[in-house]
Amino acid sequence: MLKVDHVDKSYNNNGFFKSSSRKILEDVSFECSQGECLGIIGESGSGKSTLGRLLIGIERPERGSIMINGESIFKRKNRKSKISVVFQDYRSSINPFFTVEDAILEPLRAINIEENLAVIIDKLLIQVGLSPSYKHKYPHELSGGEAQRVCIARAISTEPSYILFDEAISSLDVSIQLQILDLLKELKNSYKMGYIFITHDIQAATYICDRLLIFKDGRVQETIPTKDLHLVESPYAKKLLKNLILF
Amino acid sequence: MRLIRNLVRDKLGITSLLFLVLVMLMGVFAPIIAPHDPLAINMPLRYASPSWEHLLGNDHLGRDVLSRILYGIRASVLWIFLALIISVCIGTVMGFIAGYYRGIVDSIIMRICDVMLSFPVYVITIAIVGILGVGLENILFAFVLMKWAWFARIIRTSVLQYIEMEYVKYARTIGLSHRSIILRHILPLTFSDIAVVASSSMSSMILQISGLSFLGLGIKAPNAEWGMMLSEAREVMFTRPELMIAPGVAIISVVIGFNFLSDSLQVALNPELRQPSKIIE
Repeated sequence: MLKVDHVDKSYNNNGFFKSSSRKILEDVSFECSQGECLGIIGESGSGKSTLGRLLIGIERPERGSIMINGESIFKRKNRKSKISVVFQDYRSSINPFFTVEDAILEPLRAINIEENLAVIIDKLLIQVGLSPSYKHKYPHELSGGEAQRVCIARAISTEPSYILFDEAISSLDVSIQLQILDLLKELKNSYKMGYIFITHDIQAATYICDRLLIFKDGRVQETIPTKDLHLVESPYAKKLLKNLILF
Repeated sequence: MRLIRNLVRDKLGITSLLFLVLVMLMGVFAPIIAPHDPLAINMPLRYASPSWEHLLGNDHLGRDVLSRILYGIRASVLWIFLALIISVCIGTVMGFIAGYYRGIVDSIIMRICDVMLSFPVYVITIAIVGILGVGLENILFAFVLMKWAWFARIIRTSVLQYIEMEYVKYARTIGLSHRSIILRHILPLTFSDIAVVASSSMSSMILQISGLSFLGLGIKAPNAEWGMMLSEAREVMFTRPELMIAPGVAIISVVIGFNFLSDSLQVALNPELRQPSKIIE
């Protein structure tokens, strides 16, 4: 279980003569239980990507704590095989010098798995809908959707407690978005992993998430189960829903 | 291993590598393979044309040019290469520390680099030679002292560019150590930048050593060095232009060899630049 507790984060603008600090996140608290899919929805500049960086433990907040199963995620050891991430930019998500196989092996090697790695890779590639022959390809030989599938295979390889998707489908075109979302739903059912879905796309979020967290100006506005979305109370969430173009 | 396999496939690359290795071996084994003593003066043979006895002819003191070229490899290629490797290593370590950890460490290292870079190389070299005395080792020491800052700056920029990549963020997320992130994700990518600056510095260092030897600050007079041979030939440039050919061609071919090798290394390392390989599938 992931527990975010009263997290504050600000960035310093270190000028030559004076430094100012800008508050990005203010008193953010929420929980995400094992096997749940939580959507974090917010507009650009609302601080949701900063929140994402904190949730994968590569930046520290000024105040507050983020715990996974009761342990701080800012210790490298505690993150191992428990947290994974899929980013928006599929082009820079895989080291250009790595083959697909190397990329998927990376998290597996980090936790010293004893099993037959070649079999695991073939299985993972099939699971994300790619042929095992892809394992010798380099990232620049993959299309966007394929690269994103490889990233997903890499993320699920160690069966982490939760995976963060930072705008992971936003850069793909619509038909592929749907395929990836279906794939993620399927994987969630078979692995029981938690998903945290950071997105500005409320439709995609409602398609996959169990619960939505509406985020604005570094604050949590409202948390609501997806099925009760029409019952939102905060004015910002209402506006967000009203502006949604349905088609 | 993959690197060597890719390099072998690139004909130009493997040729330059073999050429440079051969040149360096010839330098190491100069006493065995040189046909004559490079310092033996033989006035009757002043400016003699090439003959079977002296394949590249004789210089203004009747010394055998071929032997001098072979002995010159030591100063002009081997020692400069060593100095280059040392300064690239220092620069890489400093550049990585500055670029990877940033913050206060970065500021300190970069300010030191700024200080080093604000001195003109020639002036500081002459100053160091003035303090420590004339000799190749002091010039090389001055080069290492000056050049690392230049490498550190370039490598830091290169590190900064790759550290923001999402695969680095991913590697940090899954809890890899800083060491393995640097070795696996950043060093291979910055290597192409390192290779380019290093190979172009190699050329400029060979020429600078020649220049300083010409001024009488580097290699002491009778000893062979390509730059010095060139400047000796310069005095008789209009009457005996052929004397410039041997050292000139030697410098140019080694410099070109290093440039081609660095190009090929980049291609061999970077899958994006490589031709699609035919082995797969």
